[in-house]
Parts: sequence; structure tokens; C-alpha cells
Amino acid sequence: MPFPILSVIIFTPIITGLLILIIPGDRKTEIRVTALAASFLALALSTWVYFSYNTDVGGYQFVEKYDWFPPFGISYHMGVDGMSTPLMVLTGIVMFTGVLISWGIDDRPREFFAFLFILASGVFGVFASLDLFGLIFFYEIAVFPMYLLIAIWGWKVTREYAAMKLTLYLFIGSVIALVGILAMYFASGMGTFNMLELEAANFSPEFQKFWFPLVFFGFAVLGGIFPFHNWSPDGHVAAPTAVSMFHAGVLMKLGAFAALRVGIMLLPEGAQFHLPWIIILTLINVVYGAFIAMVQSDFKYVIGFSSVSHMGLVLMGFATLNGDGMLGAGVQMFSHGIMTALFFAVVGVIYDRAHTREIPKLGGFARLMPIVAAAFVIGGMVSMGMPGFSGFVAEFPIFMGLWRYQPWIAIVASISIVITASYIVRVIGRVFFGKMPEEFVGHFGDATVLDKVALVFLSAILIVVGVYPTIMVTMVESGVENIMRLLGGA
Amino acid sequence: MVSISSEMIRAILPEIGLAVLALIVLVFDLVWREKDRRNLGWLTAGGLLVVFVITLIFSQPGDESVQVWGGMLRHDWLSYSFTLLFIFGAAATSLFAMDMKPLGQKGEFYLLLLVSTIGMSLMAASADLIMLFLAIETTSIPLYILAGFYKQDNKSTEAGYKYFLFGAMTSAIMLYGFSLIYGFTGTTDIYAITEMVVSGEVALTLAIGTLILVMVGFGFKISVVPFHFWAPDVYEGAPTPVAGFLSTASKAAGFAVLMRILLTVYADPELVPYWVIVVAALSVFSMTLGNALALPQKNIKRLLAYSSIAHAGYALIGVAAWPDQGLASVVFYLVVYVVTNLAAFGIVAAFWRITGTDQISDYAALSRRSPKLALIMMVTFLSLAGMPPLGGFVAKFFVFAAAVNAGLVWLAIIGVLNAIVGLYYYLVVLKVVYLFRSEEEDKPVPMTRPYAMALTILVAGIILLGTLFGPWAEWSARAASALF
Repeated sequence: MPFPILSVIIFTPIITGLLILIIPGDRKTEIRVTALAASFLALALSTWVYFSYNTDVGGYQFVEKYDWFPPFGISYHMGVDGMSTPLMVLTGIVMFTGVLISWGIDDRPREFFAFLFILASGVFGVFASLDLFGLIFFYEIAVFPMYLLIAIWGWKVTREYAAMKLTLYLFIGSVIALVGILAMYFASGMGTFNMLELEAANFSPEFQKFWFPLVFFGFAVLGGIFPFHNWSPDGHVAAPTAVSMFHAGVLMKLGAFAALRVGIMLLPEGAQFHLPWIIILTLINVVYGAFIAMVQSDFKYVIGFSSVSHMGLVLMGFATLNGDGMLGAGVQMFSHGIMTALFFAVVGVIYDRAHTREIPKLGGFARLMPIVAAAFVIGGMVSMGMPGFSGFVAEFPIFMGLWRYQPWIAIVASISIVITASYIVRVIGRVFFGKMPEEFVGHFGDATVLDKVALVFLSAILIVVGVYPTIMVTMVESGVENIMRLLGGA
Repeated sequence: MVSISSEMIRAILPEIGLAVLALIVLVFDLVWREKDRRNLGWLTAGGLLVVFVITLIFSQPGDESVQVWGGMLRHDWLSYSFTLLFIFGAAATSLFAMDMKPLGQKGEFYLLLLVSTIGMSLMAASADLIMLFLAIETTSIPLYILAGFYKQDNKSTEAGYKYFLFGAMTSAIMLYGFSLIYGFTGTTDIYAITEMVVSGEVALTLAIGTLILVMVGFGFKISVVPFHFWAPDVYEGAPTPVAGFLSTASKAAGFAVLMRILLTVYADPELVPYWVIVVAALSVFSMTLGNALALPQKNIKRLLAYSSIAHAGYALIGVAAWPDQGLASVVFYLVVYVVTNLAAFGIVAAFWRITGTDQISDYAALSRRSPKLALIMMVTFLSLAGMPPLGGFVAKFFVFAAAVNAGLVWLAIIGVLNAIVGLYYYLVVLKVVYLFRSEEEDKPVPMTRPYAMALTILVAGIILLGTLFGPWAEWSARAASALF
């Protein structure tokens, strides 16, 4: 039997989380070191999986399959393809940098890291699941710790409201998708939850047309699709830094990914029927999200709405249903994950010192913390889709795909690039340059070493993917091939 | 003269064991001095463990279900499984009770608990209306006394009295239904009645009408809407371990007989559509009303009471989705529910013992006062809410799957929407526990050994049922198929 590397990756966080709960609560350094070690292990293993995935062969690799409940055809079935492998690495990266950024959490760090790691296990599980039951099982594990993480460690002003809103939105989505999954299971008559077998189920067109919206929207709520995106900026803003990073960086991808895996890949005819109007919703995401981001005065809300806008691009890429769009969406999931994690890390670093996020009240931070400023500028470049950064690698194919699908949508969507540039440049100008307000001068120093390590690491990845796109594009292309095959090679 | 075969003894082995244990408890109650009587809890729990193991090994039925003792009892996997569940519940209850003063210091408590457990295991095995009625009364009468155990406490007395009045009333209606059934069929054997219904010897309307009368009795036992009014008051007033026992073992026993009795009508395809409507309606009202009324509760025991009404509704989804996977899902649901809700009431009892309050607002800062208890509470409440990797998720999954399979997609959707409401109020409690500060947060909430032991076992059970659910689900399917 080959080494069950995916299982090791999936269970490392949750087992560490349980171990952390055993450590006495006042031994905070031990707790943090354990968390860091585990997250490093998860990162190292997922990176190893990424580089040993054979893109020439494609398909699902590192497959593990054990019976879980045979009478229902439920199995523990894990495997990764070109679409999910980058997301595994993304999770590893965000987990690792998230622990670094959260080093300073002093209120019950034991529970914080335990809940965060339970969530991480859920995320890894969804990305690797090839079984519908396993997918929804891990999906819910990934959703509920969010409530406690935001409600306990979040921003005091809105945390209770935001946490409950987020949880209810996501839970409603997931249970509706669950009913859809059950319907698929029984309609197929195959008695299996195995997604690879269900791909060949040939559901009737009526069935697909009826259930596709329920399943797709059920999951896409977590991807922040308009008009169900409302929970997301509130959630981002209320969450503590590491949780915002996880939330915008990884969790939103979870929604988009599950919508793709279960919605588009298992109900392709339903997708072809419904996506032409859904693409308009994603267009609203992209453009409207960018406009709202522009008028925000709270630094974190700017980033929160920019996530809505960028996730719109991901879903839009899926909705084109052509190879270019899918490819771009796949890369965008990774690129946006890293970028937004970086953004939230920067916001966290600044807020921890200035205790305000009002952009007009900030200024001059570049002189004080040059590395943080540089990292934010790099993130900004990615966000604007500048060549040489990962954002370009992602957005260029999406727009190509859009043009092939419907030129006017591409044109409207491209407005968002201009607006993005405007709000990013505004933030850079106001927060990092200009004059530092009197009351801040001399009150605080540079970011901590750990913060800098995290930020440099994230920026480096954005540049590497931007300069050397092959490192990711070949991988995602192999995943897209499989999707296009299911869609009838369109 | 009936000759007694070994099969007959095996069938009532658990009841014999429980009766012997009850006598032992009675003797030790007299022998031990007052300050040692707390140990009756250990004795009862230990004795129940022995009975559990004996039942597990020696009382296991064969593949063929048999009716013994003149057709009074049926020895099958359903009665076997439920009996084990009741013994388990009684053991956990006695552990929860032993450090509650004055409950755990009185021998009567343990005696009544055991007698009630005997009644429940007979309920699950009854194959005859007369036997069934006797079993139900054997279960209920000790429970009436237990609910009113704190004689000096007005709320407890009220609980006992209210439970008794409701119970007597519904029993009377149920008995009336039984007498009508006997009048129409000339037999009290449930399986003989089933055959007569299938062969069309009983008129359709009569079968439905009498069974509605019978349903009143069971509806009371499982506290579904509209027979739920007693539950919040009784749970609030009764000693917490007793409330836990009422809401778990007693409810599961109600479901066991409900399934057996409904067999008589479900056997006839002509009658099935009517019953699906009746059961589905009960289910929808219980879920919706239970969850909606749980929202404004300030007292944790009342909240759990309304939540248990809602859970009866979820379990009824499985009954409505008869027969394919429905029954199996109900049995599995009940197993999970019993384990989870016992833990919930155990936590409430442990907290009350130290603080003397059941108000949800007083749970503030519990995570600082006792991180362990808070964690157990989180696991338990999230399982009640139906979150993986805990038992509640798998249980709900099976129930909803059964509904979708039976073509009751609408019922499944109402179920999942209700699950969201449920999640909301469970999270509100967890919010108080984890988020709110309190002036008393420096005072710890220690657990004594019985609590720690019972809660650890229950939490392990919740996680086990949620992850390695295969064997348990197969067992449930086996128990359910033994019904026919």
C-alpha cells in the first residue's frame, strides 16, 4: 500500500488540534510552537504532493479508498487532480502564515488554534474528497468552527452579528446542497456516493435543470455569489486576522470548488442550461463588488469587497464553460487566495498598532514598516492584474474565455480592473505614503519578525507564479481537461 | 401449564437482571448508613453494566424473531437493541444523579429508575396490547414519582403532578383505542391484528380511527406536537437527571412501540398514504413548533425540552418514510439522540450542582470556569445541531436520505430548514458559554468523578457514532428489519 499522504495531510491539523486541547491553557508558547510545527508539516506535505503530481498523466492521483458505509455506497475516497492540488497547497500556505500572524493572540490561544485546525482539516478534506458524502461531511466541518473563531476572537463591535450571519448563510446553503446531493444519489439508482461513478450517471435533463441551481447556489453562497454575498464582507471585517486570511483565502474557494465539482461536473446539462443567466450575477459580483470597495473608508471593508469582486471572476470563469475560462478560474482561486491572505495580514498588522482601520486616519506607514508596505504593493499589483504577477496569469485567460463566450460581458467586466486599480492605489497612497498623523508618531515600531516572514513568503509566491506561470498553468490545465470532457468537449 | 424453554428465559434475561439488581439496591439501602448511600449510584451503574454485558452476550436473539410467553413478548433484534439502549441510559442517569443532593442519597431513586427501565424493556418487546399497556404503566408510574422527587420544591411537585395528569389522561384514551381494536378484531396480538388488517377483515376507517386514539398515548410518550405541553414544565421542574432520562430512554421506548403498532397499518399498502400524511404532519408540526419555541427560552432545561420535541419530529421523518430505509434511520437517530441528549442533561446537572441555576445567562464564561465542561457542551450541542463529525450529522443525514428516497423531498426540505433554526439556538447557548464574560469567572466549576466518567463515555460515543458509523448503522438496519 502506498503511503496515504492525503490522509496524513487531512488529519494532521485535526489531530494536532485535539492534542493542543490537552496542553494546559497557560502554556501558551508550547501551544503556539505545536501549532506552527503542525502547520509546517501540512504545508511541506501538500507542497510535496504538488510537485510530485504527474501532470502528463493527469486525472486523480494519490488516490486512497476505504469502505466507510458500504450499504449506502459511502466510502472514504480521496484523490487530487490538477484543479484541487493547487488548492491543497494554498490551504497549507494560508495555514502556516496564519499561525505566524496569530502568534500574538493572548486570549485562550489553545482554543483558537484548536478550532482553526479543525477548520483546516475540513478544508483539506473537501478539496481531496472524491465521495459526495465525504465532501459534505468535511464541508460542514470547515464551516462551523468559523462561528466560534469570529464570535470569540473577532472585532468587538460586530462580531456576534457577523458570526451568526455568516454561519446561517453558509449552513442554509450547505443543507440545500445536501438535499440536492441526496436527490442525485437516489435518482442515479447506482447506490453510490462516488463522484467518479456518478459522473457517468446520465441524469435526465429535467432532473439536471431542476437540481442544478439548488446545488450550485447552495455551494456558491460560500463563494460569495451575488446576491448571497452579503455575509462575506461583514464576516471578513469581524474576524481576527488569521481567520480573515483563512476565510477569504481558502474558505471562499471551498464554495467555488464544491459548486464546480458537484454542480457543474455532475450536472453538466443543468450547468449549460442555467449558467447563461448565472454569469450575469457573477458579472454583478465583479463590477458591483469593485464599486463598493471603492467607496469604503474602512481598510478591511475595502479588502472584503475586493474579495467579492475577485471571487466573482472565479465563478465567471466557471460560467464561461470553456477551457480558457476554467483555466483562469483555477489559477485565480490560488492567486486570489494568496493575495487576499496577504492583504488581510497587512490590515491586521496595521490595525494591531494603530487600533483604527479608517483610511483617512492612517498615513505614512511605509517609512515605519517598509517590508509590510512592499508586500501590500505586490498584493495590489496582483489585484490589478499586472503582468509579472500571478493575477495576470489568472485574469488573462478568464477574459479570453469571456471574450469567446460573449464579448460584451468581457468588456463590462473589464471595468472592474480600472476600478480595482483606483481603490488599490488610493489605499496605497493614503495608508502607506503621505504624512503620518501626529498621534501615531513614535508610538509603535515595525512589524514583528514573524509577521515579516509571513508577508515575504506570501509575496514571493505571487511573484514566482507571475514570472514563471508554467509552474501552475500546466497543473490546472490537466484538471480542466477532465472538466471539459464531462461538458462534452465544448 | 406452560413449559418454560430456555428461549423464554433468554428473552426476559435483562428484565430478570434488572429486577435482581433492584432487590440488591433495596438491601444495600437498608444496610448502608446515610453517608455511604451515595455509593448506591456506583452500585446501580456497575450492576447495570453487568446486566448490559449479560444481555449483550446471552440474550442475543437468533435470525428468526420469536414470540414467547404465550405471545406476550417478542424476542427480536429490535427489543434486544432497545433494551441495551435503555440499560445504557439508566446507567448514565444513575451516575449523573449520585452527586445531586438529596436525589442520589436515596435508595428509592435507584429502585424507581430500575423498575422504570424494566417497564421500558418490556415495552420494546411487547407483542400484545395487554402486555403493552402494562409495560407502559410500569414505565410511567415510577417516572411520575421521580419527576416529583423533590417534595419540598414546588416546581418539582408541579412537574410530577402535571406529568401524572397528562399521562393518566392519554393512557385512558389509548386504552380506549386498545379496547376498540380488540372489539373489532377479537384479538390482542399485534401481529395477528396486522394479518387481519392486511387481509381486509377490518374496515379501513375503523383501523385509522382507532389507531388515532392509540397515537395519542404514544404521542404523549414521545412528546410530539400537539401532545407536548407537559414536556417543558416537567423537564424544568423534575430533577435534572430524571429529566434527562425522560427525554431519552422514555422517548426511545415510545418510538419502539410506535413503530411496532404502526406496523399494523403500514402492512396494508392501501392504508399507507393516509398514515404518511398523519405522521408527516405530526413531524412537521413538532419540528417547526419545537424549534420556534426553543428560540426565546431563557432556561436551559426548557430549551432542551423544546429541542427534544423538535428531535422527535426529525425522528418521525424516518417513520413517515417507511419502510425502506426509514425505520433503520429512526433506530439510528434514536441511538444518537439518546447518547447526545443524555450528555446534554448531564452537563446541566453538573453545572447546577455547583451553581444552583439553570438560567442560560448564568452559563456565561463557562469556558473560562471549566474549559473541559465547555468543550463537552460544545460537542454535545453541535451534535444536537447536526454537525459533523458528530453523531447528529449522520443521524440527520440518514433520516433525510430516507425521506428523499421515499419521495418525500418536501419533508426533507422542511427538515433541513428546521435544522438551521436549531443550529441558531444551539449556537446562541455556545456563544454565552464561550463569549460572554461574567463576574464569577474566577470560580471554577469542578466535575466529580461520576460526571467526568459518564460524560467522557458519552462524548466518545457521540464522536464514534459520527465517524465510524458503519457498524451502528448496520445494527440499526438489522433491528428495524426484525420488526416484520
